[in-house]
Amino acid sequence: MQQTRTVELGTGLFALLGMGALFFLTTQTTGGEDFSADKTFKVTARFDNVGSLRPRAPVSMSGVTIGRVTRIDFDPVALDAVVTLDIDARYDQLPEDSDASILTAGLLGSQYVGLQAGGSEFYLEEGSEIMLTQSAIVLESLIGKFLVRGGSDDSSD
Amino acid sequence: MFRDLYYNVFEFVRTFGALQLFFLRLLAHSPTVIWRRFGLVTAQVHNTGALSLVIIIICGFFVGAVLGLQGFSNLARFNAEDSVGAVTALALVKELGPVITALLFAGRAGTALSSEIGLMKATDQLSAMEMMAVNPIRRVVVPRFLGGVVAMPLLAAIFSMVGLLGSHLVCVSLLGVDVGSFWQQMQLSVEIADINEGIVKSVVFGIAASLIAVWEGYNAIPTAEGVGRATTRTVVITAIVVLIFDFMITAVAI
Repeated sequence: MQQTRTVELGTGLFALLGMGALFFLTTQTTGGEDFSADKTFKVTARFDNVGSLRPRAPVSMSGVTIGRVTRIDFDPVALDAVVTLDIDARYDQLPEDSDASILTAGLLGSQYVGLQAGGSEFYLEEGSEIMLTQSAIVLESLIGKFLVRGGSDDSSD
Repeated sequence: MFRDLYYNVFEFVRTFGALQLFFLRLLAHSPTVIWRRFGLVTAQVHNTGALSLVIIIICGFFVGAVLGLQGFSNLARFNAEDSVGAVTALALVKELGPVITALLFAGRAGTALSSEIGLMKATDQLSAMEMMAVNPIRRVVVPRFLGGVVAMPLLAAIFSMVGLLGSHLVCVSLLGVDVGSFWQQMQLSVEIADINEGIVKSVVFGIAASLIAVWEGYNAIPTAEGVGRATTRTVVITAIVVLIFDFMITAVAI
């Protein structure tokens, strides 16, 4: 009898530990919600090129995540990309003429949208559009430009 | 020579088919065993799972630690050592957790299962049960099979978790990676689909490893040599099957 109890106790502990490990893996290693807000408002921004920006990428201002990219659509009329940003409703006093640029976190990091405050007295609100935008820097085209320019410099010497 | 080849291929196909039928038989008996003799399954979960914890935890810790060490030294070349958490977590959860656990499981629990059943057969215990109108499949084989199937996914999850802790210890405590970016990078890159892939793999490997172990034991030649050979074959076949399945599941998942 005593031995059965020990076996059952060991099995129970093992099963609990296993389920605890599963719980740990599903909750602690995934998600990555460093931004969560109950109330948000949506603004849009148009970019010529979004690079490798993806939905769920952070929107940050002064390095603080204040929102998230929710949608990236292509506008077939204006021929550019429309990025919808979900911004925490607490930050409802962002100047309307703030500009948005697509930046890269580190050399190999993922891309995010960085906002730079403007000077307007009107604020961004639900449905407004950010007019001043700067596209993603595509490394390949940058290297291409550099190579072309480097070549011409050599010939002028 | 062609005759041998023909014979070998023929035997392989026959064994493969017999294994499928054996698997179906186990499945057919499983509900009754779970319903009526749950205690037997619990005892086997203890046997294959709880008693394998030591090897799983120690190996998981060091696999995670060495992943952290290797990841750190390679990523540091690109100044990307913050991503080491993401690298180790993905490697552990998707691949190394299920695969290494299955290989260790075959070595620790699979061999025990097949040699135990094989020895029962060699000492005529299985025949004795049949004489007493006890179905040895139901009494001996199915509980061991089910115990392995239950234990393996839990062991794989424990392996991955302990591996992450080992990696955390090496990277954060010894090498000085920032603890916040270690976990944040991990959380940003590990998706719930990755965890699911690991769970699917560990369940499939658990079924495969347990099935092969009890099959080899149940069909062992009832001599000392035969039992030894069955034990060896359990490890070899499980390792091959697990790695093949690993490739196939990964190919489907991607």
